[in-house]
Amino acid sequence: MNSRYRLQAIRLYKELHRIGRDYPDPAYDFHGKLRRLFERNRHLTEKNEIERALALGEHIKNETLALYSLKKYRHLRRIYKD
Amino acid sequence: MRPTLVNQLRILVPVKRCVDYAVKIRVNPQQTGIDTTVKHSMNPFDEIAVEEAVRLRERNKASIQSIQVVTIGPPKSSETLRTALAMGADSAIHVETAEGAEQQMPEPLGVAKALRAAVDLVIMGKQAIDDDACQTGQVLAGLLGWGQATFASRVVVSEDEKSVSVLREVDGGAEEIRVRLPAIITTDLRYVFFSKPRYASLPNIMKAKKKPIEKLTPQELSVDLTPSFQVLKVAEPPVRKGGSKVANVDELVSKLKEAGFA
Repeated sequence: MNSRYRLQAIRLYKELHRIGRDYPDPAYDFHGKLRRLFERNRHLTEKNEIERALALGEHIKNETLALYSLKKYRHLRRIYKD
Repeated sequence: MRPTLVNQLRILVPVKRCVDYAVKIRVNPQQTGIDTTVKHSMNPFDEIAVEEAVRLRERNKASIQSIQVVTIGPPKSSETLRTALAMGADSAIHVETAEGAEQQMPEPLGVAKALRAAVDLVIMGKQAIDDDACQTGQVLAGLLGWGQATFASRVVVSEDEKSVSVLREVDGGAEEIRVRLPAIITTDLRYVFFSKPRYASLPNIMKAKKKPIEKLTPQELSVDLTPSFQVLKVAEPPVRKGGSKVANVDELVSKLKEAGFA
């Protein structure tokens, strides 16, 4: 059961790491923050807490993807809108 | 039981690897072009085209047989193909041009000549953000003798798969036209309202590694991709000088005379 959460957490970390490569602001330490957030939660054992942490990770993933697509769309609209 | 449809549509989506939209363009030191040692990614309009092809299939599973992506460029362009495959395309074709020929990108006419494959529908972005030519789709339609629907913001395949109904962006609004297949569709920005291009997630990228990429050369397709233009020089625009305020009309006239306007 713990291994299932472990695999989920590892998969989430890998996805967030890859998504963080395209972060538009170079001053924002995405990978550093990602690592620290995961390390802060490494000791969790309660099922509820683990699931809440994973849900937060998914939420951050969706928010970051929304940020990317919005930024791209706004840029394209500014350049190509007549 | 429904018999399998014989006339399923094969879709071709050409994509292009361009300088990333967020990168500030700089002229390279030799002044022959722009600095291409920067981040590249798929042309955003082509992302929209791939997304629309995938969504068309999600909407009409029975009508679409396959989605193929194709790109014409140096070996690094296969990354763009992998992204498109991760977004949902089935297979890819890579027409390889020489490495280092980035300063001489294939021109729209050459691209259009190379893009003749056995397909029913071609969906492409309206223009690439690096050259903004906005020609390849139209030229391709002319070379093939197919109908075209450019600046599309919505595509609906008809029941009998003989035509598509396309909502086009025109000056002053939108128009809806019906185009008989086979046809070329170029996607405009407004598509994002209807279908935001999906991010190629890591699991999909892993799955895409198994999808086939066929490699071809322009010689095999009997196409000559040497550009008909030669870039002589590229330079940055002159730095903007500040303006100055004039007190009255006489001063304006004297300043204009000084500048050489009689």
